[in-house]
Amino acid sequence: MAVSLTPRDGIESPGASLGRTELEKLEIELLLEGIFRHYGFDFRSYAYSSLRRRLWKRIEAEGLESVSALQNAVLHDPPVMERLLRDLSVNVTAMFRDPSFYVAFRNQVVPLLRTYPFIRIWHAGCSTGEEVFSMAILLTEEGLYDRCRIYATDINDIVLRQAKQRIFPLERMQEYTDNYIKAGGKRSFSEYYTAMYEGALFSPALLKNAVFSQHNLVTDGSFAEFNVILCRNVLIYFDKSLQGKVHGLFYDSLSTFGMLCLGSKESLKFSRFEHCYEELNRREKIYRKVL
Amino acid sequence: MFFDLIVVGASWGGLDALTVLVRGLPPDFAVPLVIVQHRGADAESLLSGLLQQWTAGKMLEPEDKDPIEPGHIYVAPANYHLLVETGHLSLTTEAPVRYSRPSIDVLFGSAAHAYGERLIGVVLTGANEDGSRGLQCVAEYGGYCVVQDPATAVAPTMPAAALRRVPHAAVLPLSGIAAHVVDVAKNGPPAEFTRATA
Repeated sequence: MAVSLTPRDGIESPGASLGRTELEKLEIELLLEGIFRHYGFDFRSYAYSSLRRRLWKRIEAEGLESVSALQNAVLHDPPVMERLLRDLSVNVTAMFRDPSFYVAFRNQVVPLLRTYPFIRIWHAGCSTGEEVFSMAILLTEEGLYDRCRIYATDINDIVLRQAKQRIFPLERMQEYTDNYIKAGGKRSFSEYYTAMYEGALFSPALLKNAVFSQHNLVTDGSFAEFNVILCRNVLIYFDKSLQGKVHGLFYDSLSTFGMLCLGSKESLKFSRFEHCYEELNRREKIYRKVL
Repeated sequence: MFFDLIVVGASWGGLDALTVLVRGLPPDFAVPLVIVQHRGADAESLLSGLLQQWTAGKMLEPEDKDPIEPGHIYVAPANYHLLVETGHLSLTTEAPVRYSRPSIDVLFGSAAHAYGERLIGVVLTGANEDGSRGLQCVAEYGGYCVVQDPATAVAPTMPAAALRRVPHAAVLPLSGIAAHVVDVAKNGPPAEFTRATA
């Protein structure tokens, strides 16, 4: 097959065609098994289609031609594994993504949180921290942040280090400002950062009550009891069985009447914990643990 | 039925084109459709409601892992990629592909892999080239490809790009696409259609 001059974005996979699907599936299974046994990262229950596309993007970026070639590279060359881990674990997001969620959080969750002397929040799968900063800004404006402790976790140590640097691309500030305004922001968004040559440096005050640490939703257990768990657009990368398992972890980690916030196209409907929650906001996927 | 799933991509001018397509489907048509129509990231979920008035099929914006059911028409929600797995749908927030999220290429590529020769891909009007690589995947995996005649498209760029990648696709005016797709799904592809082979 001709080498394409433009990135294939994981959409075209050389040699993949009718009749090769099963073989490719086998190669992917072997790759994931190898990664798990050699490095301990377990991607075996990730949603297949997007996983497959990410693998092909990495295969292309490494100049390789097949899943088996990637397996060889990953097992013998740890930096390739590091790059693949980034591809597979980075959750692309934005500050105040889905502004209507933050409006609902202000209106429906904040009044409940005001009744608590101390509030523990878990951002599960926080990636590079965009949503952590968004929540810290919201809680600051609602006068609650001093009572909060935010635990932000991700499988990938590299993104956590990036989040702690508090630097985000300047070119996204216009989009984030628009989102912030739609999300019911009460100040001027530019009060929270300083524009620098390398990017927008956010105020250290936003992280004063935030802790970043590595945690693997697939293999690690519960580590504290929380009043709020946010895990938005992370579980969509998992298959249904793994989603169910992680919902068990969230259930075990929430206090009674604790709030679970999912992405706007996620739900508890395929989980056996559905009946343990009431819907605080159906559209924004904010649930409250009642059983 | 000769086919289990139909994927459709539309961009500029797509709402009118999708209306014509959806209106042309008989009320008892059981093969599910999955549609990507490009729109703004914060577009409200109006599209499925607008199209619902024209069809007896159940029109909806899917949530993650929703099953693919007969007689259903799924429209990708704004600001997510929509991917097809065997029997169900997945959503992701991965980066836009060539400025598009949802991306037609991503939908078609995943559907081709999951449904192979049981898939029909349809590329409609649009002012960019999204969908051409995806339609090529549909063809490579043995699926049946349909492209709106660029001369009948509000924006001919997208169907023209699809035809450059898949020159053997069936080319039809917008008004003829629904009837053709229904016929092919029920009676099989026309005699001149030859599948890609492994």
